[in-house]
Amino acid sequence: MPAQVLVPLVIVIPLTVSALLAAIGRWLPRRVTDSIATATAVVLVGLTVSLLIGARGRRLVVWFGGWRPSARTHESVGIVFVVDRIGAGIAVLVATLVLAGLVYSWHYFESVEALYHTLVLLFGAGMCGFVLSGDLFDMFVFFELMGAAAYALTGHQIEEPQTVQGALHFGVVNSLGAYFSLTGIALLYARTGELGLAQIRHQLTPGHVDALVVVGFVFVITGLLVKAAVVPFHFWTADAEAVAPSPICVLFSGAMVVLGVYGVARVYWVAFSGVLPSSGVRRALLVLGALTAVLGAVMCFAQHHLKRMLAYSTISHVGLFILGLATLSPDGLAGTALYVLGHAGAKGALFLAAGIVLNHFGTVDERALHGVGRALPVTGCLYGLGGLALAGLPPFGTFAGKSVAEDALRTAGQPWAIAVFMLSSVLTGGAVLRAALRVFAGLGDRPAEADRWSAERADKEEPETGRRLLRTPPAMLVPAVVLLAAAAAIGLVPGLVGAVARSASEFVDGQGYGAAALRGATGVSMGSEHLTEWTASGLALSLTSVALATALAVVASYRTRATVRAAAMLRVPMQTLRRIHVGHIGDSVAWMVAGVVVLAALVGL
Amino acid sequence: MSSFAYLVAGWLFVIGLYGLVTSRNLVHAVTSLAVTQSSTYVLLLTIGFQWGGTAPVFGDTPITTTVVDPVVQALVLTDVVVGATVTALLLALAIQVDKRHGTVDPDELRSLES
Repeated sequence: MPAQVLVPLVIVIPLTVSALLAAIGRWLPRRVTDSIATATAVVLVGLTVSLLIGARGRRLVVWFGGWRPSARTHESVGIVFVVDRIGAGIAVLVATLVLAGLVYSWHYFESVEALYHTLVLLFGAGMCGFVLSGDLFDMFVFFELMGAAAYALTGHQIEEPQTVQGALHFGVVNSLGAYFSLTGIALLYARTGELGLAQIRHQLTPGHVDALVVVGFVFVITGLLVKAAVVPFHFWTADAEAVAPSPICVLFSGAMVVLGVYGVARVYWVAFSGVLPSSGVRRALLVLGALTAVLGAVMCFAQHHLKRMLAYSTISHVGLFILGLATLSPDGLAGTALYVLGHAGAKGALFLAAGIVLNHFGTVDERALHGVGRALPVTGCLYGLGGLALAGLPPFGTFAGKSVAEDALRTAGQPWAIAVFMLSSVLTGGAVLRAALRVFAGLGDRPAEADRWSAERADKEEPETGRRLLRTPPAMLVPAVVLLAAAAAIGLVPGLVGAVARSASEFVDGQGYGAAALRGATGVSMGSEHLTEWTASGLALSLTSVALATALAVVASYRTRATVRAAAMLRVPMQTLRRIHVGHIGDSVAWMVAGVVVLAALVGL
Repeated sequence: MSSFAYLVAGWLFVIGLYGLVTSRNLVHAVTSLAVTQSSTYVLLLTIGFQWGGTAPVFGDTPITTTVVDPVVQALVLTDVVVGATVTALLLALAIQVDKRHGTVDPDELRSLES
C-alpha cells in the first residue's frame, strides 16, 4: 500500500473519534473514554511513523479530490499536502506527546468529561494538519483549529480565577496573531493569485521584492511567531502555561511553540527563499532569536512558580531554535531539529513531574515546597535530570542540537550567538536545578517565614486529581520517564544525526518541494552528510554550561552576603521586567504591533 | 471605489487594534478583536472583486461571463466560521472572568506574575 493513502488518515481518524466522543461521550464510563482516546493516539503514532518511513527518499504528495494544478501554467485551486521527513518527524513528535498526555491524564481530573479527550484529539489533529499541509490558507485553518482547542484546554478548570484569565489572554493574543497571518495571506493572494506555498513561489519573481511582498511575508510570519512565543510576541505564554493542565503544557511546550518555528521555516524556504533577500531575513531572525533567548532565560531564573519557570525556559529555548534557523543553512536547521526533539522530551518530563508535585502538595511554589519533595525520590531524580538536560548534558538531544547548531553558527560567521546558547543553557538549567535541589533535596537555606507564608497564600491551587495524591500512580510516572529516556536516546541512536541532517537538506530545497507539488517529481537526492555532534568544542561547551548551571543552582540556594548583594543590585531591573510581564491584554497587543513594525524594518530595509 | 474598499479594510484593522490596546472592558476587547477580523472579510472580498462581474455560478450563463473570484468567497466563509467559534469561546471566558474576579477591567485584574 503506498504511503500516500495514509496521509489523510492522520487528520481524519482523530477528527472522527473526537466528534464521536463529543456526541456519545457523556454516556460512556470514564475508563472507556480513556481507552478510546488512548487507542486513537496509539494509532496516530503508528500512522505518523509510517509516514516518516514512507517519506524516505521521496516526498509524499496528495492533491485532495484530484484537483491537480494545470500541467502548463502550474496554476491551481486544489489543496495539497506535501510530506517530507521533517514534517512527518514533527507529526510523530505531536502524536507521541498526545499519547503521553492522554496516558498521564488517566488519573488526572477525577471529574473529567469526554470533552477533555475530544479537545486533546482536536488539538492533535490540528497540529498534524498544520505540519503536513502545503497550502497557506489550509495552514491557517489548522492553525485556528489547534488554537481554539488550546484556548479551551487552557481554561479547562473554569472555576479557577487565574485559569480563565490566562486562557482569555492566550486566546485574544493568538487570534489577533492569526488575523495578521490571514491579512498577509490575502495580500500574497492578491499578488500571485495562489494560496499554495509552491504556487506562490512559482508566481513570484526571484529578486524582485516590493513593499507588498515584504508586508505579506511579515504579516504571515507574525501569527507564527506569536504561536512560537518569540519576544515581543510572547506575553501570553507564561500566563497560559502556568494555569493549563500539566499534560496540556507538555503539548504547548513540546509541540505547539515548535509548530510556530516550523511554520516560519517552511514558509520562508518553500515560498520566499531566493525571492526575499536572505540578509534581511537572517538579520531579523538573529535579532529576535537572541532577544528571546536572553529575556526568557532571565525571566526563567527569577521565577518561583515551577510551571511559570518552565514556561519561560521554553521561551528561552525557542530563541535558540530561531538562532539555529537564522543561519539559513541545512546544518543550522538540523541543529534546531535535534534540539527540538531533545527539548520536547526533557520539558515534557519536567511539566509532568511538576504536575505530580502539584497533586501531592497542592502548590507549585518553590518557596513553599522547600524540602517537602524528599517524599518523591523518583520525581526528584526526573526533575534533576531534566534540569541537566536543559543545560545540555550529553547524551541528551539538547546537547546534540546545541553542538550542531553552534557549529553551524560558527560557519555562518555568527560566533557571538554561541554565547547566547551558553547563557540560556546556564540560566534555564540553573533555575530548574535550583528548584530541584531545594524542593526534592531540601538543600540551601529555608526561605524566610514571610516569603513562605505569602507563597502559600498566593499560590494555593486545586490539585487536578480532585483530591491530593498519597502515592504517585504509574500512569503518571511512566510517561515522564519514557519522555526523558527518549530525550537521552537522541544523542545515542547511531545515524540519527546524519538522518536529520539529510532531512534538513531536503527541507531547505524549496525548488525540490515545488517540483514535487506541481510536477509530481517527488524524488529527493540522497546526499551524504557527515555531521556529528560529538565534537571536542561541542563537548567542552556543553560540559562547561552544565558545570556552570550546577554551580549557579547551588550558590542561588543559599542566602550568603554575595547572593543578597546580587539580589539587591538586580531588584530594580527585575521589577521593571516583571512590570512589563503583568499579563495585560492591551499591553500585549501594543507590544505585538511594535514587534510587527520592527520585524518589517529588519526584513525589508 | 476599489481603493476606497482597501482603505476601509485598513481602517477596520487599525481601529480594532486601537480598541484592543485601550480597552477597559474584556467584552469590548473581544468585540474589538472581531472588528479587526472583519477587516479581513473586506480585504478578501475586495481582492476578488471585478467590475461588472456577476456571482460565480455557471448554470446557463456562457463560460466567458465576467465573474468575481469565488476562491476569496470560500475563504471568507471559512473565516466567518472560525471567527464565530473564537468569539463565542472568548466571550464565554470573559463572562467567567467576571464571575471569578468580579471585574472585566483588564487594569483591575490581579497580575499573574508573582
